[in-house]
Formats: sequence, structure tokens, C-alpha cells
Amino acid sequence: MSADSSQDPELLRRLLRAKDRMDAASHEDWPVQRLARVSRVSEAHFARAFKQAFGVPPHRYLLTRRIERATALLRETDRPITEIAFETGWQSLGTFGRTFRDITGESPRAIRLRARAAAHALDHVPACFVSAAQRPDLTIAVSEKRRREVADINGSLQKEVP
Amino acid sequence: MSQYVQEVGLYVRDQDEALAFYQKLGFRVHTDVRNGDYRWLTLQHPDQPLLQLGLFKPGPPVHDEATAQTLNAIVAKGAMPPLVLGVDDCRAAYERMHGVGVEFTQEPVSRYGKVDASFRDPSGNGWKLIEVRG
Repeated sequence: MSADSSQDPELLRRLLRAKDRMDAASHEDWPVQRLARVSRVSEAHFARAFKQAFGVPPHRYLLTRRIERATALLRETDRPITEIAFETGWQSLGTFGRTFRDITGESPRAIRLRARAAAHALDHVPACFVSAAQRPDLTIAVSEKRRREVADINGSLQKEVP
Repeated sequence: MSQYVQEVGLYVRDQDEALAFYQKLGFRVHTDVRNGDYRWLTLQHPDQPLLQLGLFKPGPPVHDEATAQTLNAIVAKGAMPPLVLGVDDCRAAYERMHGVGVEFTQEPVSRYGKVDASFRDPSGNGWKLIEVRG
């Protein structure tokens, strides 16, 4: 029997609730006891059950969601990297930078510079097309594309994050 | 109209529980017919009478037990495709639905001037609640 189908659907539904809660507030602290309480599972079983259900340990899942948010803020805003690190749930800039590089292969600064360079390339596009590209409907499509890119990064993540 | 979507089905863990849930969202029973263990249950919303929302429980005689277990697990993990419910006022809909115990996974957020929220049905099917200004 596959890993998927060996877990009780009632348990899976409660594990999904823990995943939903992390999605809704990835900047908050999610120690195992808090997640286990949401899922009404013992602390001893939670991490293993979560990994079996979703293919990734809960802590690593949380980190990828935080990196996803931080990446969006680095690209879309001019806010200081330190501020973004604290807002997305890190206690220190060092941990943020290290984890960010582990997951994306780039530093937060490099991602931001690359996003700006891409924006700069738009200088070669006639102004009316640039303004068309920044219409709200298209912006949504672009953010959707970003979301998928982040999903791809997460999907191809091989390295275990401590 | 020569062609349109008449019925779309969801897998649910318990048809009575799902029926009670979707009735809270304003759906009404369109068809509820049983044949032994099999129950064909579809709902309809008064604002969209041409579409039926089917609520189906995986299991015999349509599915063998292992398949039913797999389908139940997929739904419970939230891995079924997203569903979208359009409303004219997302915040008002959120207040109403939250008030009757709907499990929201995201409170209303304004993005580019459009408000959206997210909720799940008891089985785990995920819905996006999107404001459609008509």
C-alpha cells in the first residue's frame, strides 16, 4: 500500500488544518506542540505523520512558505532586507540569509538585484507596452507566475534544511 | 444555449454532513436518489439554476475499497483542484459564513482592489471566495 493511502482520512484532514494554519500565518512561531494541538495528534507522532501526508517535514514546509513570502517582498517592495526578515518570521538576519541561500541558491540581495535588473530591461520596451504590462489584470497573472516559480523552486528542493 | 456545464461533482467524506454544509452556503437539493448503497445527490444554487453541484462519497459500487481510500485521502489532504465561489461582497459573505461555522483558511484580503478569502468544506475541499463586481 502506498504511503498516501495508509493514513486515516480523518487524521489527514486534521493534519491539513495544521498546514492551513501555517499557510495563513507563516511568520508566526509553529513549534511542534502548537501544530500537534491543531491536528489533535500527539507531539511524538505529529512530525512523522505530517511528512508522510505532505512529503515534507512540517518545519521545512514552514521555511519554504516564509522564503516564498520573503522573495515576493524582496522583488515587489523596496523595504530593507532586515525588515523583511523579521516580518517573515526570522529572529535574526543571519539565519534568514543562510536559510534563504540554502533554499534558493541565491542571497536575498542577489534576488532583489536580479528583479531590479529585469525591471530595468523594460527600459528597452516602448512606454505604452510597459504601462500595459503594469495594468492590474496582468499584474495578477505575473504574481501567479511568480507563485508558480516559487512552487517550482520548492518542488525541486532536494537539500534538507536544518 | 447549445452547450453548458450541467453538473460538477465533489468527493465528500459524508454526504449528509456535506449537504448540511452546502445548505449553509445557500445551496438547495436538486436531486437526491438512492439505489442500494449508491446515492446520487446534487445541489443547486438559486442564483445559478443551470449548474448542479454533485456531492459524491467514494466507495462501492463505483470504487473498490482501495480506490475509495485513496480518493478520501486526497480530499482530506486538500489536494483536489481549487474551487471558486464568486460573490458580490466578499467581506459580507465572510461574516455570514464565518458566523455559521465555516472553516476559513484565509480571512478577506484586498489584492489589487479585489477582495478574496479562502475556506474549506468539512471533507477538505478548498474554495476561494472571490468578489466579482458586476
